[in-house]
Amino acid sequence: MLNASLRQLSSLLSEKKISSTELTGEFLARIKALNPDLNAFITMDEEKSLDQARTADEMIATGQSTLLTGIPIAQKDIFCANGWLTTCGSKMLSNFISPYDATVVKQFDQVGMVNLGKTNMDEFAMGSSNETSYYGPVKNPWDRLAVPGGSSGGSACAVAARLAPAATGTDTGGSIRQPAALCGISGIKPTYGLVSRYGMIAFASSLDQAGPMARSAEDLALLLNVMVGFDERDSTSLQREKEDYTQDLEKPVSGLRIGLPKEFFAEGMSSDVSSAVEAALAEYRKLGATFVEVSLPNSKLAVPVYYVLAPAEASSNLSRFDGVRYGHRAAQYANLEDLYAKTRAEGFGDEVKRRILIGTYVLSHGYYDAYYLQAQKLRRLIAEDFKKAFEQCDLIMGPTSPTVAFNIGERCNDPIQMYLSDIYTSAASLAGLPGMSIPVGFGSKNRPVGLHIIGNYFREAQMLNAAHRYQLATNWHELTPPEMNR
Amino acid sequence: MQWETVIGLEIHVQLLTRSKIFSGASVAYGARPNSQACAVDIALPGVLPVLNRQVVEYAIRFGLAINATINSPSIFARKNYFYPDLPKGYQISQLAHPIVEGGHVTIRTGDKEKTIHLTRAHLEEDAGKSTHEGFHDKTGIDLNRAGTGLLEIVSEPEMRSSAEAVAYARVLHSLVRWIGICDGNMQEGSFRCDANVSVRPAGSDVLGTRCEIKNLNSFRFLERAIDYEVARQIDILESGGSIVQQTRLYDADRDETRTMRSKEDAHDYRYFPDPDLLPVVIPQEWIKQIREKLPELPEDRHNRYIRDFSLSAYDANILTAARELADYFEQTVKFLPEQIKLCANWIIGEVSGRLNKEGLEIDQCPVSPEQLAGLLLRITDGTVSGKIAKDVFDSMWQSNDNSADTIIDAKNLRQISDNSEIEKWVNEVLAANQQQVADYRAGKEKAFNSLVGQVMKMSRGKANPVQVNTLLKKHLIE
Repeated sequence: MLNASLRQLSSLLSEKKISSTELTGEFLARIKALNPDLNAFITMDEEKSLDQARTADEMIATGQSTLLTGIPIAQKDIFCANGWLTTCGSKMLSNFISPYDATVVKQFDQVGMVNLGKTNMDEFAMGSSNETSYYGPVKNPWDRLAVPGGSSGGSACAVAARLAPAATGTDTGGSIRQPAALCGISGIKPTYGLVSRYGMIAFASSLDQAGPMARSAEDLALLLNVMVGFDERDSTSLQREKEDYTQDLEKPVSGLRIGLPKEFFAEGMSSDVSSAVEAALAEYRKLGATFVEVSLPNSKLAVPVYYVLAPAEASSNLSRFDGVRYGHRAAQYANLEDLYAKTRAEGFGDEVKRRILIGTYVLSHGYYDAYYLQAQKLRRLIAEDFKKAFEQCDLIMGPTSPTVAFNIGERCNDPIQMYLSDIYTSAASLAGLPGMSIPVGFGSKNRPVGLHIIGNYFREAQMLNAAHRYQLATNWHELTPPEMNR
Repeated sequence: MQWETVIGLEIHVQLLTRSKIFSGASVAYGARPNSQACAVDIALPGVLPVLNRQVVEYAIRFGLAINATINSPSIFARKNYFYPDLPKGYQISQLAHPIVEGGHVTIRTGDKEKTIHLTRAHLEEDAGKSTHEGFHDKTGIDLNRAGTGLLEIVSEPEMRSSAEAVAYARVLHSLVRWIGICDGNMQEGSFRCDANVSVRPAGSDVLGTRCEIKNLNSFRFLERAIDYEVARQIDILESGGSIVQQTRLYDADRDETRTMRSKEDAHDYRYFPDPDLLPVVIPQEWIKQIREKLPELPEDRHNRYIRDFSLSAYDANILTAARELADYFEQTVKFLPEQIKLCANWIIGEVSGRLNKEGLEIDQCPVSPEQLAGLLLRITDGTVSGKIAKDVFDSMWQSNDNSADTIIDAKNLRQISDNSEIEKWVNEVLAANQQQVADYRAGKEKAFNSLVGQVMKMSRGKANPVQVNTLLKKHLIE
């Protein structure tokens, strides 16, 4: 059961071999048993989850169910869910019960999926290791000394440890893909604008994009079918015809042109990651794909550009956390200025403060042109690089992360080293392109390695197809962390 | 030294929409605090703004009315600062690429006409309100107003006196109501002025250091605040001081401006394009549709009244101050096309005077254009004198559905034009006033007026004054 795919769970439910209440109960019990150690969830609410499960059972009984009705899903704690504590991993929102549902939460609710709980994350999604969470670090189920990656580390851990069949994540510079890679699961960040951002607590609005995290490409396709859609509440949401992401899954990949950016295969990638990625590419060659070297000359600027633009937007997005209307407020303050200063000093952690400071600085009078405006120009150049590359290939592949999961505490005091975790993922984010990570083996200390697949705009179906064909030929995605297999 | 005053105005116009600029909450005035603030307005985590199409249309309407450029795309930007009544910690406004750029209006002071150029007009959201009343040691926040759509209209510094500034503000006030984008209610804050004021030696072409006076919510305050500020600046300069760039607040109770904050404490607003909102692209076709629906503008009507109706610029100016007034005038003229000047005089005089006195707007006028024309017709055909007509008008005002004829008949107010009857009164008056007759014959013209008055009184105002004059003269010469 724990290793069943979404389709398998769907069959069990529709054939009434198990009820959603039972299924949900089983996952809840597993979370109760394992979460104290893994710390993947910030909030669970058994009553709420089981209520939803009962509703799902009713939908199934009365023939109103969809394919995913009754299947539990874990929600990253960045999504507002009505009546749920929604913390975004921060002390600032440690008392915030959301009075409304994010569009993504509502979408899953409407198809009858069951919210299992809210997963841990880096504070306000700022981090690559889940160590910036006010609620403490999450452990990597493959090696509990290691980080799960971030910022969607709780979701990645939950799926990898089989605490949930699937989870939601959000990705600003790699926050779905990098933890998926580090935890050995599959995750996709769709084209910017495909999934509504309404109710998803904003980090960097022009980059934030929600996506599913699950065990296989097929599961991702099923979840994406629910998440993608125009939302009139989000002005950056795209109006497109509805697409079935499962439709092309089985297509053969012979003749698929895979672009290999020479910049991604240069120095910086550790050898264990490199061998796993090379092996995956060899598998694709066996499946009939062809390879072409492409160049993304400006991608080396992606991290610095990202660390100007994302903090700039964040510094403004996080201004609403002022202690006036909701969230944490300092207990004592002398005046208004003091209320703001103390509330924010107490409510935000160091990494969030660091990014607010950077963002405030790059937007300041006299620095705006040199940093923010310059970064915007480079962002366009980075997108241009991809445009040219996609003239020669269908998909771009490379490593998701330059290394396997590092140890908890290892990079905490070295923000630059931490920021370089996103070296391969942030370029696609800046270009608004879809990107995904699938497990392709193990590196040092038996920690998972992810293959990064970047598609052209709206080519999610093609990416999922390529990933699915690989997963038909291999079984990396089916492996469960040894200690979790009980 | 001779000083020249330089004034530019920034006017915040609250747009007449049902819902807010970026949310669906109502903008109705006077609701219970915070009852009209939705998730977006109170800036809950995760909410996003969605632009209200109507505000864009209103801005375009304004731009077309002042012959400005409509920018496409136009960009929304975030203006970042912390304040309790600013829930997001930033205001969504426009900096580069405002929706309206350039344009001009004509203002009139005395018989001087002047063109004032506009710099720009941009869309933005209003903040909420902080209130200190009724909260011991605390501040109350009302976010009902937060997110209300505003058009901020910025002029070039082309006004040279408080009178010009007021004239400009009045033209805009009239225009935004005329084109239906603002209710113009200054008490409720629908039309708010900030004035940038500086002085410089007459003849200089360098601008002096300016002060911005905030929160001028009546034309009178605008005028007084500028006058005070100009005098203050000249005083400082003449006593050898220099002006410090400041934002100042006008205190109406004490009739003075005082420092709110100086340049050193000015915020760095860290403007940047709002990533939650796409650039606003305005198709030419839409602009065309809006242009076609635009009513005839006050300036065009003003010129037409002078050209086609031979009205003075003064009269035309007053009649085009509000669209409803101009409509009222034209409807009256439709019933009495031969007597345009008489219509204008009565509307500017009697009608407006009475409305003012009773605090009514022209669209609440109890006397309809048709009723008014009916009355004026009776003046022109000699049925009643102008003086009696005022009494009839008064009755009409009280009993709003009566025609002039009904009132004239019911009160027996018809003018008496029967020569023999008038002659009787003339003779009686002459007989009773030998002294004045003698005075008149000795060359004292004044005596004549007194005699006319007495005849009119005797007729209870109904005698035809022209005939009274003629008959009196005839008898006095005899």
